[in-house]
Amino acid sequence: MKYVDEFRDGDVAQALARAIAAEADPARSYHLMEFCGGHTHAIARYGLEDLLPRQIRLIHGPGCPVCVLPVGRIDAAIQLAKNPEVTLCTYGDMMRVPGSKGVSLLKAKADGADIRMVHSTLDALKLAQTHPDRRIVFFAIGFETTTPPTAVAIVQARAAGLTNFFVFCNHVLTPSAISNILESPDVRQLGTVKLDGFIGPAHVSTVIGSAPYDYFAQEYRRPVVIAGFEPLDVLQAVRMLVRQINQGRHGVENEFARAVTPEGNAKAKALVASVFELRKWFEWRGLGRVPYSGLKIKAEFAAFDAERRWTIPQDSPPDPKSCECGAILRGVKRPADCRLFGHACTPETPIGSCMVSAEGACAAYWTYGRFRSQP
Amino acid sequence: MCLAMPALVTELLDGDMARVDLGGARQTISLALVSDVEPGDYVIIHVGYALTRLDAAEAAKTLALFSELAAAAP
Ligand code: SF4
Repeated sequence: MKYVDEFRDGDVAQALARAIAAEADPARSYHLMEFCGGHTHAIARYGLEDLLPRQIRLIHGPGCPVCVLPVGRIDAAIQLAKNPEVTLCTYGDMMRVPGSKGVSLLKAKADGADIRMVHSTLDALKLAQTHPDRRIVFFAIGFETTTPPTAVAIVQARAAGLTNFFVFCNHVLTPSAISNILESPDVRQLGTVKLDGFIGPAHVSTVIGSAPYDYFAQEYRRPVVIAGFEPLDVLQAVRMLVRQINQGRHGVENEFARAVTPEGNAKAKALVASVFELRKWFEWRGLGRVPYSGLKIKAEFAAFDAERRWTIPQDSPPDPKSCECGAILRGVKRPADCRLFGHACTPETPIGSCMVSAEGACAAYWTYGRFRSQP
Repeated sequence: MCLAMPALVTELLDGDMARVDLGGARQTISLALVSDVEPGDYVIIHVGYALTRLDAAEAAKTLALFSELAAAAP
């Protein structure tokens, strides 16, 4: 496939790995966090860690929207779906995430709730148009990539005069989560997580642009390199980070210039700003309540807001016992550190959310057999 | 979830929609989030929407850098 295969070339990968090894200083260590699950997936799938010299460690961050959604929001979605007049739609990844008591949307569907998997918000809109007798609730999750499609659906629902289309909004913001990690005691005081630089999001950045990262590159003095999701993109970003760290720089650089500009997608950003506003805080799995890190639907579009139409429980039940997802999402632990990894918890029988989505660290490690112990 | 793929726009359709070719598979997607996309352009597709146009010149630059590196290798 054009623009995909060229960025997976094995010979170039070897050449990049050699260049990185030549530039990395053997006397220092480089701890680089990839924020996005898309990168985590590429790293596991192509075995990129094995190509890198020992002093470079890749730390997997919280950038998988399925993984960071707290259990309470899954429970809330299941409760919404149990309403006899409601048809709940969501993306496929969400279906298998266990809520508290181990019940997933898939299980609730088997028990009789009307829950459908959709590939696009347009499918959900179509359902609302063709089933005027049903209340269609779109269970919306995701980062800045997935938010604009939700905004389009709400705007189109209003234009079409639909009164049976609702959104249960769980959209979250990337830059606030990165700041939260850098502010966390693990990084700041305890020093349990050493972070020297970030591999910045690929598709999130096509929307928000590279400019939003300037603030924390300066504020926290850590370099950021935005990278595409193909293996050569990731390797090249590692090389660019090593270079910045060697030179004592902490700027924002863009490896993914074929899709990311400094200002991002102005049309998508304007649409999102017209439909959504910031929540004071939103709960993330692993990070807790992160200030100004989530979006809610503006009053102007209240008629489409599932949280105003129904009473949504606000409790936050704890994660399953022994599941280390929280620590994994903060970069404190690795999948193999979890006692359940590969035993009680596998992609077929996931216990935590990190084992569900292909971009979750546990699922990526399990699927591609990368559970060698780290030095 | 955030995965997205480059696809070739083959035909513009009514209502801000377009037909694309995704490595041989045909799909209908929305262009509501982008402007000035023409048939022949590559766009990055995510959950049924084009998120952005792919800049062919920038892609060529990155690839040129890679082939230089591979050629210089022993
Ligand atoms: S292996 Fe399963 S239980 Fe353990 S941290 Fe990962 S998702 Fe949670």
